[in-house]
Amino acid sequence: MKAITTNNLKKKYGDIIGIENLNLSVDEGDFFGFIGPNGAGKSTTIRTLLGLIAPTSGEASIFDMDIVGDHDKILDSIGYLPSEINFYNKMTVKEVIKLSVDMRKKDCSKKAEELCERLNLDTSKKVDALSLGNRKKVGIICAIQHQPKLLILDEPTSGLDPLMQKEFFKILSEENSNGSTVFLSSHILSEVQSYCHTAAFIKDGRIIVSDKVEKLEETGAKKITFSGTFDTTTLKGVSDLQQNEGTTSFLYTGDIKKLLRLMSESEIKDLTITEPTLEEIFMNYYEA
Amino acid sequence: MIILKHELKQNKGAFIIWTAAIGFFILACIFLYPEMKNEMDEATKVFASMGTFSSAFGMDKLNFGTLIGFYAVECGNILGIGGAFFAAISGVTALMKEEKERTAEFLFTHPVSRKKVITEKLISVFIMIVLMNIIILCLAVLSMAAIGEKIIWTEILLYHFAQLMMQLEIGGICFGISAYISSSGIGIGIGITAAFYFLNLIANISDKADFLKYITPYGYTDGSDIINDKSINVMYLLIGMVFMVVGIVIAYVKYTKKDLKA
Repeated sequence: MKAITTNNLKKKYGDIIGIENLNLSVDEGDFFGFIGPNGAGKSTTIRTLLGLIAPTSGEASIFDMDIVGDHDKILDSIGYLPSEINFYNKMTVKEVIKLSVDMRKKDCSKKAEELCERLNLDTSKKVDALSLGNRKKVGIICAIQHQPKLLILDEPTSGLDPLMQKEFFKILSEENSNGSTVFLSSHILSEVQSYCHTAAFIKDGRIIVSDKVEKLEETGAKKITFSGTFDTTTLKGVSDLQQNEGTTSFLYTGDIKKLLRLMSESEIKDLTITEPTLEEIFMNYYEA
Repeated sequence: MIILKHELKQNKGAFIIWTAAIGFFILACIFLYPEMKNEMDEATKVFASMGTFSSAFGMDKLNFGTLIGFYAVECGNILGIGGAFFAAISGVTALMKEEKERTAEFLFTHPVSRKKVITEKLISVFIMIVLMNIIILCLAVLSMAAIGEKIIWTEILLYHFAQLMMQLEIGGICFGISAYISSSGIGIGIGITAAFYFLNLIANISDKADFLKYITPYGYTDGSDIINDKSINVMYLLIGMVFMVVGIVIAYVKYTKKDLKA
């Protein structure tokens, strides 16, 4: 079964397009990274899936349930962490966590306690007195404590310190190996590269590529870095050309023999050929 | 019931402050009455001769020499304005605040349907209004007894019933508005209530503007009419209830489909 499928999903805000003909497919049990710059449509996609906003056209389903018709049933199997989370003022952390499970008609006090301890969160504090990072932790607990089948996380690590980020991804990985599907949006590629199994790039409201992370890393492109003088204009398949303090780098998808032949005839002092990082692949897609 | 409980808890502070403030002023008014009673015969004559100013507030028709006459005007203004403001603010913020305080994403991503949230929020608004009116009525009756006045139950109960209905009407209308806005609703709520109040003043001043009483809920809460007729104008009241129901229906229709702001 698919955890998430969207079929030409579209959301317009008046004349402004939020997402356009979005086709996304997330397998059950996957650890899915949804990557894109600010304003690309990540949050719009997530908010549409969750029924906070209604799609303009197209359809989408979560665990084969329609996001419009089966909205309330779907929310039963989801845990969601918004990118900017806010709670009711005057409530303590404990009360917020309790309110969240009460609305789910469940008792998860043991799991909540365990998560609070791991994330180092003081539950007696008032939520309005919390820092951004600590508010995020409360949101993480509300999203995870009932161990949902699908976790949807919108830019989950913003505001968390590096140690907490590590612990957070450890928790996510555990939930994932216990069978939860994880769907997270991010613009930090390194975290997607290290933790996600599958990734999709979104640009201007459309998915431009979606594949296994290893596959994306093997695009066939190589990252060429050299120092010296070499004219790349005659080469085909050059992108992301950058010059920096005497060294030049670019992504190359053309014939490697031709490159080496041309290079051997030029004044090259140093040369390295490496696999590009996901970030470089990503930049490549965005500039294309 | 979770949302209802949560709502009541969230609004506890505002409820206590409003009830205490209105209750205090009504108490103060009633306890001032024995001192003013003797001078009131004169005042009634003065008011009766002040023409449209008096008729605007219904003071031309009431006898200030009696407690009920005094109560209907003085306390009528306190409860009529204070209670209505509280109802307006409670109604207009009920749905709107989730987007304004940015808690909508938290609330509506839990498996609770929007319909259920709307219903429980509406019940919470109505519970607060009813409870406030019961408390104020008890305070009023007890303090009337304390100053040794005879309690004229029919008039008092009718009068307070009309006030309660008016507040429910304003609460319902503002609840409907609440579904449309996502910020700064308090001004709208108070503005509408104040407009209703002034429409009634105009209707009282000029016979030609009498039709305004069909629009404003102050038409059926006018103390001078209720005390003199010993009844509430059923037509005005029914129209008011229609406005209330329309407000509530609009809230359901709009809010179940609304795109919620992040």
